[in-house]
Amino acid sequence: MTDDESRDDAPSRTESRRLRRRSLTLLASLLAPVSGAAWWTAALVVGSQVAAVAGPALVAYGIDHGLPALQDGDRGPLLLAAGAYLVAALLGGVLVAATVRASARVSQTMLLDLRRRVFRHTQRLSLEFHESYTSGRIISRQTSDVEALRELLDGGVTTLATGILAMVLTAVSLVLLDWRSGLVLLVAVVPGVLLTRWFQVRSQRQYRKNRSAAARLIVRFVETMTGIRAVQAFRRQRAVEQVYGELSETYRGSTAEAIRLNGVFDTGLVLIGNVTVAAVLLVGGLRVLDGGLEVGLLAASVLYARRFFSPLAQIGMFYNSFQSATAALEKLAALLAEEPTVPEPVRPVRLTAPRGDVRFDAVEFGYGTGPTVLRGLDLHIPAGQSVALVGETGAGKSTVAKLLARFYDVRAGSVRLDGLDLRTIDPTDLRRAVVMVTQEAYLFSGSVGANIALGRPGAAQDEIEAAARAVGAHDLIVAMPDGYDTEVDKRGVRLSAGQRQLVSFARAFLADPALLILDEATSSLDVPGEALVQDGLATLLDDRTSVVIAHRLSTVMGADRVLVVDGGRIVEDGTPLELVDAGGRFADLYDDWQRSLQRST
Amino acid sequence: MPVAPSTELPPAKAASTTAVLLQLRRWARPALPRIALGGLTALGASLLALAVPQVLRVIVNGPLLTEGSTQAVVLGALVVLALGVLEAFLVWCRRALILTPGTAVERDMRTDLFRHLLDLPVEFHDRWPGGQLLSRIMSDLSTIRRWTVFGLVMLLVSATTVLVGVALMIWTSPVLGTVYLVGAVPMIWLGFRFREGYKAVARRARDQTGDLATTVEESVHGIRVLKAFGRGQDALDDFARQADALRTTEVHKARTLSRVSFALGAVPEAVLAVSLAIGVTLTANDQLSVGALVAFFATAAVVNNPVERLGMLLAMTLDARAATDRYMQVMTTRSSVRDPAEPAKLPAAGAAGSVVELAGVGFAHPGGSSAAVLDGVDLRLEPGETLALVGLTGSGKTTLLQLVPRLHDVTAGSVRIDGVDVRDLTRDDLRRAVSVAFEDPILFSASVRDNVLLGADVTGPAADALLQEALAVARAEFVHGLPDGLGTIIGEEGLSLSGGQRQRIALARAIAVRPRVLVLDDPLSALDVTTEAEVTGRLRTMLRGTTTLVVAHRPSTVALADRVAVLEDGRITGVGRHADLLTSHPHYRYVLTALSEHEEVRS
Repeated sequence: MTDDESRDDAPSRTESRRLRRRSLTLLASLLAPVSGAAWWTAALVVGSQVAAVAGPALVAYGIDHGLPALQDGDRGPLLLAAGAYLVAALLGGVLVAATVRASARVSQTMLLDLRRRVFRHTQRLSLEFHESYTSGRIISRQTSDVEALRELLDGGVTTLATGILAMVLTAVSLVLLDWRSGLVLLVAVVPGVLLTRWFQVRSQRQYRKNRSAAARLIVRFVETMTGIRAVQAFRRQRAVEQVYGELSETYRGSTAEAIRLNGVFDTGLVLIGNVTVAAVLLVGGLRVLDGGLEVGLLAASVLYARRFFSPLAQIGMFYNSFQSATAALEKLAALLAEEPTVPEPVRPVRLTAPRGDVRFDAVEFGYGTGPTVLRGLDLHIPAGQSVALVGETGAGKSTVAKLLARFYDVRAGSVRLDGLDLRTIDPTDLRRAVVMVTQEAYLFSGSVGANIALGRPGAAQDEIEAAARAVGAHDLIVAMPDGYDTEVDKRGVRLSAGQRQLVSFARAFLADPALLILDEATSSLDVPGEALVQDGLATLLDDRTSVVIAHRLSTVMGADRVLVVDGGRIVEDGTPLELVDAGGRFADLYDDWQRSLQRST
Repeated sequence: MPVAPSTELPPAKAASTTAVLLQLRRWARPALPRIALGGLTALGASLLALAVPQVLRVIVNGPLLTEGSTQAVVLGALVVLALGVLEAFLVWCRRALILTPGTAVERDMRTDLFRHLLDLPVEFHDRWPGGQLLSRIMSDLSTIRRWTVFGLVMLLVSATTVLVGVALMIWTSPVLGTVYLVGAVPMIWLGFRFREGYKAVARRARDQTGDLATTVEESVHGIRVLKAFGRGQDALDDFARQADALRTTEVHKARTLSRVSFALGAVPEAVLAVSLAIGVTLTANDQLSVGALVAFFATAAVVNNPVERLGMLLAMTLDARAATDRYMQVMTTRSSVRDPAEPAKLPAAGAAGSVVELAGVGFAHPGGSSAAVLDGVDLRLEPGETLALVGLTGSGKTTLLQLVPRLHDVTAGSVRIDGVDVRDLTRDDLRRAVSVAFEDPILFSASVRDNVLLGADVTGPAADALLQEALAVARAEFVHGLPDGLGTIIGEEGLSLSGGQRQRIALARAIAVRPRVLVLDDPLSALDVTTEAEVTGRLRTMLRGTTTLVVAHRPSTVALADRVAVLEDGRITGVGRHADLLTSHPHYRYVLTALSEHEEVRS
């Protein structure tokens, strides 16, 4: 597992700071392209706050100056105050509305950017990573963690900016109006800061736990729903439910703890605010008695003092989503920091007309940091040859296939196509030249036709049909309710495994590669189906290089050459008939096969 | 190409938001007293906040303007202090009261949905994209939680604060209060209009989020295909298009929200501007005291906050409504495969084994326009018999197989085990009697031991013996060579195994149930010839006394069976021994030997 991921115990102080810095860097890089719009949003926020804060000042002016003037028969000052207030009110409303729109535009653009980045990055990461990180966790990163950031951006940032600005402006206004009351307010800031600091430290820890708990919940959910058939068939509902219930309770507990912390914070802020109001009233009231303060000013001071603390509750809420989002950003930043173990070439070499000449030069390979699977493998497959790999489970057949498709990179030595190291070939050209069909024939939501077209996007309908015809899938597809436009359901379950393999063959046929790798790709086909595929492949493979892994000898016997693999080495090499005559492992397999055929006929 | 999954969801019923949200009662009931109490404390807190301006009025009118008593000023400040501390205490009480029930409601709803999903038949899961379910159980439920913990209470408190505040304002000054009230009319009107527009767009945003999650899930599960064909860029383009559509919806949502934000922000302030002109004039004419004027504006300051917040709270409520709709959409889906009200019991199995009988069995996919998959299938498996089911790809073999453990239900006819219709049994009893090995071996992230003993009801030494035996029959001894032997974690979060290895573990798992009836879906397809022959031999011995239905694609698998049934176009067109069918049944010959003939031609 990757270092930053599975851990939810508290990271060390420096480690915690490093994580946080990396996540803030990510946030900054998301913000950079929209900085213009972000500044505009900020300006709107400033404007709307100035408009809002003008209210109490105008009320004070209206009472202290408008009232005496009116009593003297002068309506001027009062009308001025009321008129200005009206303008401020309308302007404030317009600016608030504009802020809502502008901030949505900024935050949604950032989210789109983040979603794209994470999606692209996970697509670039190698299979090795996918296998260890697990699909559930990647899904959790791309859904629940992005969602956490969405909550922050969705108004959280505006709330914070609005809140802080409102507080600053209120404080400034109060100081301007009556600096002594302002002083009382500033004293109150000290416990506020201390409280905030306490909350920050505690809740950061809590939200990290929370993100991990959410991820575990998602991993379990995805796995259970993917395997629902087995869960039901083996009556695992109660057991699975119990485990999920425990995970839900853990998640609930950590959410509740985070909310509880926020509650303490919130209460503390209300308390500080109310005590301050009482203090301002006391100090101001005594001064009114002394004649040092006008009544209107006292009213304004109390209003400002109240107003000063009212955004704090919202800031507390923002802080909540901020902590949750930073925890999510930490996880996302860790994912984005993963280097693909199969990196794209720095200076890609084009391979526009591949021939399909394959060479393994002293290849050493092992999965991850695991033991060596292939040791000093040398192999040359001339262009156009069809090769069958035979051997026990775990002998290394699939490993050879995966190296050829560059799902993994070698530890030492090299794999070459037409004399070029696979690691230097332009990825697009490589994928056009080499296609691998695996046993697991995955179908995406969409039509059958679209699934075949995945082999070559932009293929015309008749090309798609020709590919389907070539592997004998055409009649079957035409018989479906909407023919090629028939939607395959989630994971194509309504298609049988054999039908799915046919579709994935048609896909490979359409892709028309120079080197075709088939890894147990015919296992679920019925006999006539396999015969049709064989015929189709015979045409397709006529002038192509192919590497076939199959345990069906019927498939193997048609190859130009058979390689028997054992313990990561090639132990037999020759045409099928040569090997049968030579009397080695392959000959034994052949005998078993012949016996099984005789038994059944 | 991963095409944008279009979720065909039935249109949301035109129920009122209140009615939709009231459905949450079912989960909120145990928490209701605490939520109500929390609401009361919240109300108390906001009323205390409203009391402060009244104290202010008394102080201004009394000690400050007339008496000039220091003692009274100190007393007034102390009262304000006491009210403030009390308010903070009540805020804390509200938090403490609502916290646990709020999160507990979310947890209960989550586990209930999970339980319901486990109960819903395979047909449902085939139809529903995974991302739509995931987004419901995670993001929709957290939206609902935020609303129950915060939104609901704040909405009530804000509404009450506004009502009480306006009443106080009217009491302070009937004229000014009325002016304020008149200002509320356009706001209420705008609020209603807003609700209509926002509701639809909130739902669309959530559905699109679910679709996006589906695309993410597919891109991760289908990563090998995307890599093998180098289609990462196309997948990204598709994903980006969907994500951009979501962004457009969200921006549209914000535009709707901004209209109500304008109204709720500008109107109350504008009303205060008018009130200022009127109020000062009234005071100048001695129709209103200065203290009352100050108190009016102080109250208005307290009231305006919740008014501004109303827009946000209304949006939150509508979001919660959309989330509740989506949640209930799944929760109210009745399982089409249910336990009977009065379940029957299977009679004790005969010494020779159980009888499985399919009579006039038909099956068609629900709502599908496609023709029936199975139509009038009659088939009888004698006690202890192994019957192979042979037919072309897509002829309905797998479907037929899944009717026995009721992963699907027949749409005509019946399936009986020892004379009992499988629909008269509880699914639990039925699936204890019938065990399956699937074509795609599904392993879970757990140890080899747990995966094999998944459906076994025994524990202790008996379980170990069972485990060893099942592994031996399936020739899965390779597991002893894994890093941690039987304790090795396999499945997605563990060691990856080859197709053949997975298939053998899945087979061992089916055997370990010790079922009366075993159904095997092409269980040896990924094994090499030698292993297949060994497994076949051991299985034949082991299966004595177990009635077995096995889907076979190849002669070597047919070798397991006593008799063979040929499935052709949804009907059984022949039953008999392999050798007899081979000579008498042309379709059977074609299905099983097309390749052999082909091979002969070639060599």
